[in-house]
Amino acid sequence: MDLKELYQEIILDHGKNPRNLGKFENFNKDAEGYNPLCGDKVHVYLKLNEDKEIEDISFEGHGCAISMASASIMTELMKDKKNPEVKEILNDFLDMIKQSPELKSQLIKEDEKTKLMSLSGVKRYPMRVKCATIAWHALASAMNYKKDENNSEKFI
Amino acid sequence: MSLKDIKKEFPIFSNKIQNNDLVYLDSANSSQKPQVVVDRIYDFYTKEFSNVGRSIHYLAVAATNLYENTRTLVQKYINAKDKNEIVFTKGATEAINLVANTFGQKYLKEGDEVLLTELEHHSNYVPWHYLRKSKGVNIKFAEMDENGDVTLETIEKNITDKTKIIAITHLSNVTGAILPVKEITKLAHSKNIPVLIDGCQGAPHLKLDMQDLDCDFYAISCHKMYGPTGLGILYAKKKWLEELPPYQGGGGMIREVKKEGITFGELPNKYEAGTMATAQVIAFGESIKFINKIGIENIEKHERELTVYGEEVLRKNNSVKLIGNPKDKGSVLSFTLDGVHPHDIATILDEDGVAIRAGHHCCQILHEKLGLSATARASLGVYNTKEDLDQLNESLKKCKKIFS
Repeated sequence: MDLKELYQEIILDHGKNPRNLGKFENFNKDAEGYNPLCGDKVHVYLKLNEDKEIEDISFEGHGCAISMASASIMTELMKDKKNPEVKEILNDFLDMIKQSPELKSQLIKEDEKTKLMSLSGVKRYPMRVKCATIAWHALASAMNYKKDENNSEKFI
Repeated sequence: MSLKDIKKEFPIFSNKIQNNDLVYLDSANSSQKPQVVVDRIYDFYTKEFSNVGRSIHYLAVAATNLYENTRTLVQKYINAKDKNEIVFTKGATEAINLVANTFGQKYLKEGDEVLLTELEHHSNYVPWHYLRKSKGVNIKFAEMDENGDVTLETIEKNITDKTKIIAITHLSNVTGAILPVKEITKLAHSKNIPVLIDGCQGAPHLKLDMQDLDCDFYAISCHKMYGPTGLGILYAKKKWLEELPPYQGGGGMIREVKKEGITFGELPNKYEAGTMATAQVIAFGESIKFINKIGIENIEKHERELTVYGEEVLRKNNSVKLIGNPKDKGSVLSFTLDGVHPHDIATILDEDGVAIRAGHHCCQILHEKLGLSATARASLGVYNTKEDLDQLNESLKKCKKIFS
């Protein structure tokens, strides 16, 4: 292994210079993700219009390179996405980060897949999976998604 | 026993961890175990096992004697006046819960104050927090200064006529500050306030003398003292153990049980309900003997020298910022690294076999005060060497390179 696999250029770049960082004024949904193990926090802000489309998205927080990069990549990807798509991408990402070797959703473009797959290195580090998913769980809360009772890893 | 070859006494260091030699710098979290302790557990289960304090067959009597021998060893190790002042618990956490619960139940009422410090581990805050809810007790935190210290003066400033107990750490697991616990106890006693000391980081590294220290309660974590997990010790002055109510109810702690009522057993049984961690207690006797063989003074000297060396090495590394510069410092090196989050540091160091801790170290109040969500921490034990700290520094340089 591979620290190189874990700390790829994309991650180091997004970790150091996170995109969409900082609260924006007219958000109408928000939620905080918290990792009690390390105390890291990621707060996600959304402007959701009547069609449940994410018009704007940003995050605030502090954390390791993995959690910051994941939040940054997520916000880039989710902008302008609509509700059922958001859920599909979110579930696909969480599935990939925990078990699946690849992203399955057709809604994610190839270049976006490359970015998301750069986070797949955490699979080898079970203690770090939470770092990669913290922002995504905050997004799920902000979108009011509920957990699937039969599959706690999935949002319905 | 010479410190030079001490690593050989610990079997874990003869194994490769993910193809690396282990550089273990997480002893404040839990220490590694010497072969004698591991062997003692095996021997007890294979040749001598029985429950203690109940049956009268040969094995039961022998096991009871072994169990009580450890109590005597602990008594001598901390120079307690009476062997019945040693209560075995499932950990230091339970020891503090025992005091908070029983002392709180009997002596605390609404508006009373419990004085802690900002340095405290969650296990010396959360048990007291319950008394806020159940009794309306107020909790005060004596402030940590910019060196990561809490001074006698700060404690004094925070004492009021409502202060009913002071509960403080002996040695901070983050800043390394060694508190003037003897002076604090003297001050508290002059105002009739009992003192509990969280000795999790004190007992493995400093010479203890309960009669000289004169504190009322002292909590010890055995797995941080080269002993087994699942075991802690509460030292309490006999008068408290006699005055306070029992903590948990069950077998072993009673004298007579009738439908109309129950009377409780003598000390120390009163506080040891149910089957205790027998094998761990017996094996912990070996931990004490192991420490005694080296000499706690020699361990302290060795660790203090290494701490100074570690600070020197890390100070030369411009990217490292050490946390805490207390007057008297234990063998804890907390730090941050410019531009690299502690969790990333820990993962990268781990690739080199360097085991440190990253996070808030169960001290969120302290980290809030520092304005940091997390720090990295290298903490030392008897087995550490200068080479370990050199490796730490080399691996930190690697972190910096990855993130540059």
